[in-house]
Amino acid sequence: MIANLLAKSYARTAVAALVALVFAIVVTSIVLSVSGFNPPSTFQAMFDFGKEPDSVVNTVNRAAAYYLSALAVAIGFRMNLFNIGVDGQYRLAAMLAAAAGGAWALPPGLRQVVIILVAVVVGGAWAGIAAILKVTRGVSEVISTIMLNFIGTGVIAFLLSPNRLAAKVAGSNNIGTKPIGSSGRVPGISYPGSDLKIYGLVLLAVLAGLGFWFVINRTRFGFDLRATGLSQSAAVASGVDAKRMVVIAMVLSGAVAGLVGMPQLLGGSYSYSLDFPTGIGFTGIGIALLGRNNPVGIAFASLLWAFLDQSSQILEFNDIPKEIVAITQAAVLLSVVVVYEIVNRVGRRMDQRRVAAELGEAAA
Amino acid sequence: MSTTEPAVELHGITKRFPGVVANHDIDITVAAGTVHAIVGENGAGKSTLMKILYGMQRPDEGTIKVNGEVADLHSPSDAIARGIGMVHQHFMLADNLTVLENVVLGAERLHGIGGGARRRIREISDQYGLGVEPDRLVEDLGVGARQRVEILKVLYRGARILILDEPTAVLVPQEVDELFANLEDLKREGLTVIFISHKLDEVLKVADAITVIRRGTTVASADPKEVSARQLAELMVGSELPVPELRESTVTDVPVLTMENVTVRDATGRAVVDGVSLTIHEGEILGIAGVEGNGQAELVEAIMGMLPAESGVIRLGGEDLSGRSTRRRREMGVGFIPEDRHRHGLLLESPLWENRVLGHQTRSPNVKGILIDRAGARRDTERIVEEYDVRTPGIDVSADSLSGGNQQKLIVGREMSGNPKLLIAAHPTRGVDVGAQAAIWDHLRRARAEGLAVLLISADLDELIGMSDTLRVILRGRLVGEADPATITPDELGSLMTGAAEGSVA
Repeated sequence: MIANLLAKSYARTAVAALVALVFAIVVTSIVLSVSGFNPPSTFQAMFDFGKEPDSVVNTVNRAAAYYLSALAVAIGFRMNLFNIGVDGQYRLAAMLAAAAGGAWALPPGLRQVVIILVAVVVGGAWAGIAAILKVTRGVSEVISTIMLNFIGTGVIAFLLSPNRLAAKVAGSNNIGTKPIGSSGRVPGISYPGSDLKIYGLVLLAVLAGLGFWFVINRTRFGFDLRATGLSQSAAVASGVDAKRMVVIAMVLSGAVAGLVGMPQLLGGSYSYSLDFPTGIGFTGIGIALLGRNNPVGIAFASLLWAFLDQSSQILEFNDIPKEIVAITQAAVLLSVVVVYEIVNRVGRRMDQRRVAAELGEAAA
Repeated sequence: MSTTEPAVELHGITKRFPGVVANHDIDITVAAGTVHAIVGENGAGKSTLMKILYGMQRPDEGTIKVNGEVADLHSPSDAIARGIGMVHQHFMLADNLTVLENVVLGAERLHGIGGGARRRIREISDQYGLGVEPDRLVEDLGVGARQRVEILKVLYRGARILILDEPTAVLVPQEVDELFANLEDLKREGLTVIFISHKLDEVLKVADAITVIRRGTTVASADPKEVSARQLAELMVGSELPVPELRESTVTDVPVLTMENVTVRDATGRAVVDGVSLTIHEGEILGIAGVEGNGQAELVEAIMGMLPAESGVIRLGGEDLSGRSTRRRREMGVGFIPEDRHRHGLLLESPLWENRVLGHQTRSPNVKGILIDRAGARRDTERIVEEYDVRTPGIDVSADSLSGGNQQKLIVGREMSGNPKLLIAAHPTRGVDVGAQAAIWDHLRRARAEGLAVLLISADLDELIGMSDTLRVILRGRLVGEADPATITPDELGSLMTGAAEGSVA
């Protein structure tokens, strides 16, 4: 029975994630007990708060950004490319897209499309710099994307000043790009019991997930990408142009990264200001890892992450430091990597044993 | 020390790995002061057995006796403590250290690291005629000398029983003779040598006793004075050997692959393929003979477009291949059976049908437009499994669950698909069982009869001579000789390969 369960790779992923989650809850419970808090009541409080309508809306909105970020990371991961620059890519993309959206008064419909296109192009181009450096100069994309994050931060700081692309936000010390007019906004979706709205572009995340699945699993390009990730030497011998693949995969990863800020930009904040969320690109790396670079797995992982972020806000009302959730998240992540490796090995060994048994080969 | 007790006795040794039984019911008795050869095909279980004897693996069943005492070996240090030493096939020496430093590394307690150790190394070297100089840098030593350092390392640690794993694989014939002289010296001093090999001529020359292993168990003991190489080979494979041979010539005068003066340089600027010119015609199998590492791999990669040729022209059916990608070349009709199927031929974790697509991901029946045609690829994988007798429970199992021979048959079937004009077959039967070997030869013969041009590279000289219409010899990247496969013997070919005889034997 266990053999059948582990025969499918998605089942292995699910088993690994579940074991990791249980392990993380155990670790968190221990930490809570040691710190003098009652684990069951703490979890109860988080769960109760997390299922309130406002929390659900916030969780979904947050998860959408996480999801897009993790997809961007996963595209690279699928061919052993480590795009650590999603963070810089989405922030720069969101900033320039916001500026373009605020400046160009295009007809509704077209305006949203143009804003999103600007974000995609900027994200892809920013990642493309790392790709070009890698294929022409052999620079590790890990190093170059981290450096591009810093450069991106500098560029944003330079451009986001009152004389350039930004203006002071009325009634505060904040500065931001000129708000996108109503013709460029995407309406939200109401959720019963909450005054908050689910960003309309959450659907964009769903579409991106479907697109990712389709491209990776059903197209020639996806086959080449997966083959390169599984064995670069075999892929090259099969006729894959490894350099070209690096450029395409990296640009694609950056393009998806460009979408990360869109649900919030067009559905909530309408302008890129100093308080636009940061760090989602790094969270995406963890979520991609937890979701095994699989679009469905990443969806669950994003929702879990967002739920933990959201529900942790209740902890401070109970005088429990909300950083406790970071421990849970870290424990999930660390254990899922280990558990998945174990489950995968056991599963593959079972496969081999089953094949040997079915062929009646006693000895090799 | 008593010479009446056997040096090593293995009784009923069984070792199981997930999915396979690597060894079962192994019984071997090695008399002290002899050279005892253990022979078997690749994958017969020789290496596992030696790892058991050296304490690297523990047997699931059975007993090991060393000098008459039952030994429970948990690690190589247990084996060393009982006087068993192992010389690995791949040397484990630090190039940038001296011989002395390499020898004392990990054995500093025995004689220190200075004068005492140096004296001891000289003593051992003189005693067994190894001719090892303690203060030379290992990187300055040749392959044969390095091997003698490995042997000395083992003797230094007090070994009286030496395991040599495929010691001649890396040596040229002259070095082999030197090694055998050293083994005689060791024997004269009362040491016992266990010699693992699949080179039967050498085994017959050096061994006092032979044990044959097949499919993980001992199947026969043979006296080297009474058995011929061919009889030994048939014991090894358990049946009559398939014979590599071609019937009537099918060679036409239509050139398929033409290479003119092709040169490939490595990163340091050395010419690894040096001015190679050759032509392969329709229906012709051209064999390239050569000691491994003389440019065969680079020659293949240059034809495949995986390595850029610095100068020269490569044409396929009259069309210049320069500037064409590997993919384009494959689409033009080049099939490729790579030397290392795990690195270059398969996606081990992927199912068989995805491996069918690999290398053919732009062509029918695997794709429709830009999409992968899963149904078509799966159907065609079923066909290959059927026609090429790939033993598998289905096409959804991962490639790494198949045996080496079945993996290779899948690759051969895949590369023969889509009507290739040229097939590059690098060691097509390496590491596969006899049944698969015969099948692969059959497929090559059939494809040749249908007009395929084949570039055959092999280390198996019988295969090369038997399966080639034309033979060329490669040495240090240059084609140095030509031989007529109808008349040449493996010995003559061997001496051409090492450059001992220049020119052509025709």
